[in-house]
Amino acid sequence: MDDPAQLSEYGKILIILLIGALLVCATIFLARLISPKKNNPIKSGTYECGEDPIGSSWVQFNPRFYVIALVFLLFDVELIFIFPWATVFGQSEYIAADGRWGWFTMIEMAMFIGILILGLVFVWKKGDLEWVKPNVSLPKVPVNIPQSAYSTLNNSSYQVRDYREPAVSVVENTVAQEVTAAPKIAFKPRFKKPE
Amino acid sequence: MSLDSQLQNNGVVVAKLDDLLNWARLSSMWPMSFGIACCAIEMMGAMASTYDLDRMGVFPRPSPRQSDVIIIAGTVTFKMADRIKKLYEQMPDPKYVISMGSCSNCGGPYWQHGYHVVKGVDRIIPVDVYVQGCPPRPEALIGAFIELQKKIDKESLLGELLFKEKA
Repeated sequence: MDDPAQLSEYGKILIILLIGALLVCATIFLARLISPKKNNPIKSGTYECGEDPIGSSWVQFNPRFYVIALVFLLFDVELIFIFPWATVFGQSEYIAADGRWGWFTMIEMAMFIGILILGLVFVWKKGDLEWVKPNVSLPKVPVNIPQSAYSTLNNSSYQVRDYREPAVSVVENTVAQEVTAAPKIAFKPRFKKPE
Repeated sequence: MSLDSQLQNNGVVVAKLDDLLNWARLSSMWPMSFGIACCAIEMMGAMASTYDLDRMGVFPRPSPRQSDVIIIAGTVTFKMADRIKKLYEQMPDPKYVISMGSCSNCGGPYWQHGYHVVKGVDRIIPVDVYVQGCPPRPEALIGAFIELQKKIDKESLLGELLFKEKA
């Protein structure tokens, strides 16, 4: 490994990076050479799910999104650090070798998370986590229907007939009379052959 | 296809660049995820686990910029025709169109009285493969993709590029 003609492990990574970059550049260049180019104004226009784009895309976003995104990123990255900590430092051989090891790593992570939680408390205290909600005023429309109309509707009780009771014969008679009349066809589809 | 048999034998493939390009294109035809009417349900069925169009490299994309095929799955109304035209234009070349179902083939049940229906999507964009049925079964859509593969296999992208004058 001390032979300067041999590649170190970092050298191998460098070669992988170089070849990767070269391959990407070569394929993009090749695509530029051989791809058919038929440009038109619609194709070079903005894709808006098939609709015509209206206005500028340089709209203003609320700066509060920025603070929330930053706090989220902080705790997201914190999680990434916790995973290797749990697998590497939690190995039982280390703890078996020296009992203080476990306590050391535990306190170290507690300090790390503690500092981040201090940051969260700071952000909380400053009120950055509080989302300012717009004042919604309900529109009032003058309606002539009094409130009591609804209460009579809601409080009225309906008689529910037991479904096991035999059906009333009067109803059956009227239905039978209706059926005997010849049904009138309301719509007859006609298919005309075009001349 | 000779390329397929070479792939079976060993790791070395000797091919014309045209054949290689065609093989790559027909092995990964990405349709736009775009359904208009009930045919789209059959299209979803064809892409889901039972029929699994993904095994042919057919994988729906959310943007026309990334797609090769547009499946017109459903009734093309005049209101939708503008959008279809626009989406088709926004796809990168080479692009293909599969007209799925009677409605997009010829207007289908709306051929006579449908005042709002385009009588065939081929009146607004060029169609490569027509799938008959109302709606077509997923097998029919898979068949359409196989037909499209045959069509792409016969194409010559480089020939069009290099010998434009002769063509």
